[in-house]
Amino acid sequence: MSFGQVLLVAVLAVPALGAVAVAATPRDRAARLVGTVAAALTLVAAVPLVFGDRSWFAWSAGAPAVRPWHELDLPWVPGLELRFHLGVDGISWPLVVLTALLTLLCCGYSLWRVPEGGSGRALVALLLVVEVGILGTFLALDLVLFFLFFEVVLLPMYAIIAGWGGADRRRAARKFALYTLFGSVLLLVGVYVVVAAAGTADVVALTGGAGLSRGTQLAAFTLLAIAFAVKSPLWPLHSWLPDAHTQAPTVGSVVLAGVLLKMGTYGLIRVAVGVAPEGARWAAPVLGVLAVAAILVGSLVCLAQTEVKRLIAYSSVGHMGFVLLGVATLTTTGIQAALIGNVAHGVITGLLFFLAGAVKDRTGTGSLAELSGLRETAPRLAGLLAFAAIASLGLPGLAGFWGEAFAVIAAVQVGGPLWTTLGVLAAVGGALTAAYFLRLLRQVTHGRPSTAVGRVGPGLAGAELTAWVPLVLLALAIGLAPALVLGVAEGPVDALVGVVFP
Amino acid sequence: MNAVQSVDSVALLPAYLAAGTAVLVLITDLLLARPRATLVVAALGALGTAVGAALVGAGAERRTFCVGADCSWIFGGRAALVGAVVALLTLGVLGLSVPALRAGRSPVGEYCFLLACSMTGGVVLGAAGDLITLIVALETLTLPLYVLVGLRRGSLASAEAAVTFFVVSVVATTLTLLGAALLYAVTGGLHLDRLGAVLAERPELRNLPLTVAAVALVLVGLAFKVAAVPFHAWAPATYDGAPLPVAAYLSTASKLGGVVALLAVVQRALPADQTGPVLALLAVLTMTVGNLVALRQRRTVRLLAWSSVAQAGYILAPLGALALAAGRTGEARDAAYAAAVAYAVFFVVLELAAFAGVTALRPAGADGGTLDDLRGAARRHPWRGAALGLALVGLAGLPPGLAGLFAKVTVVRALLDGGAAWLALVVAVNAVIGLAYYLRVTAGLWAPAATPTPAPTLSGGAVAVPLVGVVAVVLAVATVAAVVLGVAPQLVLDLAGR
Repeated sequence: MSFGQVLLVAVLAVPALGAVAVAATPRDRAARLVGTVAAALTLVAAVPLVFGDRSWFAWSAGAPAVRPWHELDLPWVPGLELRFHLGVDGISWPLVVLTALLTLLCCGYSLWRVPEGGSGRALVALLLVVEVGILGTFLALDLVLFFLFFEVVLLPMYAIIAGWGGADRRRAARKFALYTLFGSVLLLVGVYVVVAAAGTADVVALTGGAGLSRGTQLAAFTLLAIAFAVKSPLWPLHSWLPDAHTQAPTVGSVVLAGVLLKMGTYGLIRVAVGVAPEGARWAAPVLGVLAVAAILVGSLVCLAQTEVKRLIAYSSVGHMGFVLLGVATLTTTGIQAALIGNVAHGVITGLLFFLAGAVKDRTGTGSLAELSGLRETAPRLAGLLAFAAIASLGLPGLAGFWGEAFAVIAAVQVGGPLWTTLGVLAAVGGALTAAYFLRLLRQVTHGRPSTAVGRVGPGLAGAELTAWVPLVLLALAIGLAPALVLGVAEGPVDALVGVVFP
Repeated sequence: MNAVQSVDSVALLPAYLAAGTAVLVLITDLLLARPRATLVVAALGALGTAVGAALVGAGAERRTFCVGADCSWIFGGRAALVGAVVALLTLGVLGLSVPALRAGRSPVGEYCFLLACSMTGGVVLGAAGDLITLIVALETLTLPLYVLVGLRRGSLASAEAAVTFFVVSVVATTLTLLGAALLYAVTGGLHLDRLGAVLAERPELRNLPLTVAAVALVLVGLAFKVAAVPFHAWAPATYDGAPLPVAAYLSTASKLGGVVALLAVVQRALPADQTGPVLALLAVLTMTVGNLVALRQRRTVRLLAWSSVAQAGYILAPLGALALAAGRTGEARDAAYAAAVAYAVFFVVLELAAFAGVTALRPAGADGGTLDDLRGAARRHPWRGAALGLALVGLAGLPPGLAGLFAKVTVVRALLDGGAAWLALVVAVNAVIGLAYYLRVTAGLWAPAATPTPAPTLSGGAVAVPLVGVVAVVLAVATVAAVVLGVAPQLVLDLAGR
């Protein structure tokens, strides 16, 4: 086994064993510490995956469109075409690192504060299991394995929401589980539509269509796109998201918004577009229209929100709309915008949920009507909130800018009346995004301190700063140097667009 | 033809072992009259039967009781699988029965004897090569259960359940027999392979109204046995009234028997273009109705009963692919049969684990109780609760219950190979409905108890339940089996495809 293969296995095995170790450690605080160490080791294993064979720089027609830097391919269940086939490339690596980072931050945060509802030990163990599922989804290069890891996430996340969430957690958790399962059973059918027609589940072999008939591709793309649209989520299949995000505990919201949603967009790029390119070309206008609808609906609903976590949740619908618009253009610019938008949204929304959680913990309320004047009593918290909100609304120089701007540019570049209109409407949506975030800031940070805010002290806990600072730095770094993400993704995206439009 | 047939006793060994177990149990009970000895003999006999079936099945296919090319006893890979699984299920159910038997709720000797008789029926069923052997084996499997269901002393529900079960089952058998007789009238044969060959060779026979009626009667009769909708109404009442271990046996071994019988006639005897549409309809109705009604259940065993109705739908679903021409090619048919068998095996393992979990969390000899009785059980008994949770999640078809996930995957794959994408979508949507109630039960296990317990109620609401060693072993073994099959599902897929 090469070093890269060891790393691939370690990225999945360390959190899995970590979860077992956490469950087996009897003392609560010690168990949380073990979990945090496991999450840290996972990040340590995930980062060096970037060093590897980069022969995709020399991509040319005729070579496979997916060329992983590291690859591990073992048989598992031949009767179901399931192979334990892992690999990492420029499309998946940024998401892998983001997942490992956010889980580490969440575990570290849980060392300091455990939400009410259950033991911190169980929460950390569940976070690690969720991490295994998400990382596995990003690393899988076998369709059936991809589906398997996609499913792994479902119940632990359900348990996190139902166990540690807010007042209405059970309903929200059930809605999340049923919606997501609805998506993943369609994924199952879609996967086997492809496998039955092609006789293999190998993503490397299948990317580019692999000679699937037009009918198969249209059917497969429809099923897969609906499956991923539920996860992403795409309007009108988004209604599980606000409830789940609002009710989940802070760390749950961070993982949900930060990386769980990315499983949908990643799947759309890697699996749906890659495996059924003809289907993707056929459905692109519909996808684009729905994405723009999501942007507009998300922003308009945000303008009317009265609860801070719910507002951030709905802002995710809008942001993921930009990501999906980027994918729908099926151009290099668009897909790159989608990838960087994915990562930026993960970083910024993760930070926003951390901050919203901190505000709610301190004031005991998330209602915008009861919050005002935060900068008077807690200037640092207010400052960070302002930074995150401005990053999220897409100020140039911060991470949120690239994904949104280039999704719009890509749509306009495609040209034609439809795509130009979509680009313009998306830009209007971007302006609305600015409007609701500024409204949020005016409401929460400015004005005279409300009674709830009056009690808040100015200090920030060390654990909080430790969890937030990496995200702040990343938002700056990606904003100033988007090449961090785009540099590694360029080759694979070119190759993918090359097979979509041969 | 010789007047005296040569009999291949090796092929019959598993049946001898099973029948011998029953006789030995009876004798032990008469002579020793020690409950423990009777139980041990029954358990050893069941184990021996499983080993015997596996050993004989490991060799080449063996046939005996032959007339020309047609044989009444065909012991191949599938017969061995069915025989071994039924024997192991019997062993498991015996283990689960220990607390109830110790509590003196049922007479030990009779209980074990009847269970061993039923096991004999199950072992013979897998090897049956003609309709008569098949029906007799199925009746041998079912007949002792009428008594077992009603064997809980002083329970009116139990007696009612037994009568319901008896009446429905007898009607079903009559229908199957009538169908078999009509088939004989049409073709002049009773051997499954001969029926299949004659109906394939002479298409004019297939379209006779008599043949259509016969096919329908046989299918309907067997559909009763697997509790497929619309012939399912007996199941919830019977399961709920029966002692817990017997309910476990009904929903595992007895259901497996029905599935095997149905598979045998569909695969070998009846024309696929006639059975396919019927089976597709049965499958859709069964899973949808089963899942929807299960949503509303408040009693544990009733919920499991309705869920097992739904699961029967998933088992039948791959056979529904026969409705389309694309599903009737040789390869697609083999895949469909193998998928049905594989799903059935995954299902019985998980179902046994679920019943073992419920038994372990309930006081000795109690019935399944309501869902509220299990509320918070996993907080009081983490291991038992986790095992039950794993089984339920597996039945829902989600990780960490990987065995159940692979079972669903197998079915969907077989359906898509057979071109029945619409049926695959129905299965998929049903999996979502199913999750709703499995999730409710599973989440309830970890929920904080709803009310501060007023006083330990008779049903044993929120009191710590002592664990009987044997039940713990059964639960552990079933859980380990489910985990192993989840990691290595290829084991089942290989056996089912033989």
